[in-house]
Amino acid sequence: MSTAHNVRHYPGAGLVTWVFFLWLYAPIAVVIWLSFNENRLVSVWTGFSMKWYEAALSNRALLDALRVSLTVAVVATTIATLVALSAAMVLSRNETMRFRRLSETVVNLPLLLPEIVVAVASLILFSQLGFSNGMARLIVAHSAFCTPFAFLPIRARMQGMSRDYEEAAKDLYAAPFTAFRRVTLPLILPGVFAGAMLAFVISMDDFITSNLLATGGTTTLPVYIFGLIKQGTTPELNAISTLLIFASLIIATFALVLSARSMRRG
Amino acid sequence: MTRGKAVEVFNVSKRFGDYQALDHVDFTIQENEFFTLLGPSGCGKTTLLRMIAGFETPSEGAIVLFGQEIDRLPAHKRHVNTVFQSYALFPHMTLAQNIAFGLENLGWDKPRREVRVAEMLELVHMTAFASRRPDQLSGGQRQRIALARALAPEPKVLLLDEPLSALDLKLRQAMRDELRALQRQTGITFIFVTHDQKEALDMSDRICVLGQGRVQQIGTPAEIYEEPENRFVADFIGETNFLDAEVIALDGARARIRTPLGLEFDAAQKGLSGPGPATLSLRPEKIGLQEQATGNVLTGTIRSRNYMGGYTHFVVETGGASLRVSRRNAVSQAESYAVGQEVRLGFRDESVRVLAR
Repeated sequence: MSTAHNVRHYPGAGLVTWVFFLWLYAPIAVVIWLSFNENRLVSVWTGFSMKWYEAALSNRALLDALRVSLTVAVVATTIATLVALSAAMVLSRNETMRFRRLSETVVNLPLLLPEIVVAVASLILFSQLGFSNGMARLIVAHSAFCTPFAFLPIRARMQGMSRDYEEAAKDLYAAPFTAFRRVTLPLILPGVFAGAMLAFVISMDDFITSNLLATGGTTTLPVYIFGLIKQGTTPELNAISTLLIFASLIIATFALVLSARSMRRG
Repeated sequence: MTRGKAVEVFNVSKRFGDYQALDHVDFTIQENEFFTLLGPSGCGKTTLLRMIAGFETPSEGAIVLFGQEIDRLPAHKRHVNTVFQSYALFPHMTLAQNIAFGLENLGWDKPRREVRVAEMLELVHMTAFASRRPDQLSGGQRQRIALARALAPEPKVLLLDEPLSALDLKLRQAMRDELRALQRQTGITFIFVTHDQKEALDMSDRICVLGQGRVQQIGTPAEIYEEPENRFVADFIGETNFLDAEVIALDGARARIRTPLGLEFDAAQKGLSGPGPATLSLRPEKIGLQEQATGNVLTGTIRSRNYMGGYTHFVVETGGASLRVSRRNAVSQAESYAVGQEVRLGFRDESVRVLAR
């Protein structure tokens, strides 16, 4: 690349970059820093301590909320990914299908609708139906709004994959399911993986829907954290946040490595 | 050796919406034959190949494979294999796994598969590469593995969809020879799709020229080149001069011709039903220059000269018509003709083909 067209050599590029990263990560850095604060007051530094981590990790309510969040996220991710995979298969491999564009829009619609509207609608629907199991309500709602997030990467990967591979598999005597299992699925796996990761993160992160639908005993982590803030921020919150940041980093690194590996093969 | 019928295409048509891709195509391919479907892009040759493979269904007509009608048989149950234009080697499998894929689906046990894979790798001279992946290969190597993968399950018919088009010129020539040798060696019926007439002439036992979704002519390479049955074939295969002429008498396959250049002679005809206007096809290499001008003789002026290596191409203007003439550069005689020079041209009656206009 010629230096004239390299953005890095534009005047002020370095400064803008630094400001950008500072703006993005300064709040996070502050949280991590203060999570080791010994003082009960969040903003007064009096010394290094791990005691808030100890408190967080022995907080039953917090662990319960984490367990609920993980359960909902894992089940909803599985359902959403399976639905998204099926939808992507049909929509990208069946050109003659009627209402193809319409179907695709319907799958993606939850991305465009304001979440609060859908959440309120779900709440009303569930109470009308007398559907009162908190965990099940969360799973159903999360599966629904996670589906388009799982769908987009799978669809993109499928569209980028030459149809020749599937035809070659069939030409070599693979029955439709064998062709899917041994050729199509391995080749779109990076997309499926990316979709599942996205769905998982969206589910873990959700507050609005979970807050409306949760019943006693099915408080998710974001809802629990929000509750803590209402009682005033404590350094324990900083510790919880820091743990979450590191958990996310580990998951993201893992996902990146896995998808890079399968991309290389694909 | 008596030959059975490998593939019979009965009156097959294919429409995509309003577009008629194939229009009542009808022919038979013999067992053991190297059969080429030749035509310009969009002539329907790939569609026809995909129908035999099972990826498209005819709108009308039927395809019969070794006596069995296959229209309702899905692709994975047809005993034909395809070498794809893109090769379509599975990128997540090693070459050995690629070759074994078809065998596994056919239920071959492991020892038998391994023997066959080794055999195939040896056939295409790729034994050392068994555990590599497709992205570690060059174009020519991928081509060979695609062939090995398609030949491994011992198909009754091998379909090849422009397999040489992605290779460079030198490699393409080498692969032509290899393909031809492989076909002889295996005795499998090859159906080869190409738009490259040189490839078709070089490799085929018989060629089917397709144009505008219709069969234009089927014949041996020599028949297709020397005795084109219509203007499309004469034009598409090789180079030719088309001249307007008048048929003054018709006697079966012979026609009495009068040309605007003032010549009158008898020549072989095809597709005419009576006297009237016609087109003459005259190949550039069949026109003699100066001392080689025998038979029907004309005089003209050289308008251009193009040196092509083994040949020199001239355009000679004679009585209002421009004729393309090509001469072999056996000795450096081409140099002795200059643009603007007056020359004698000559061609023999047998070199002319009379076609419907």
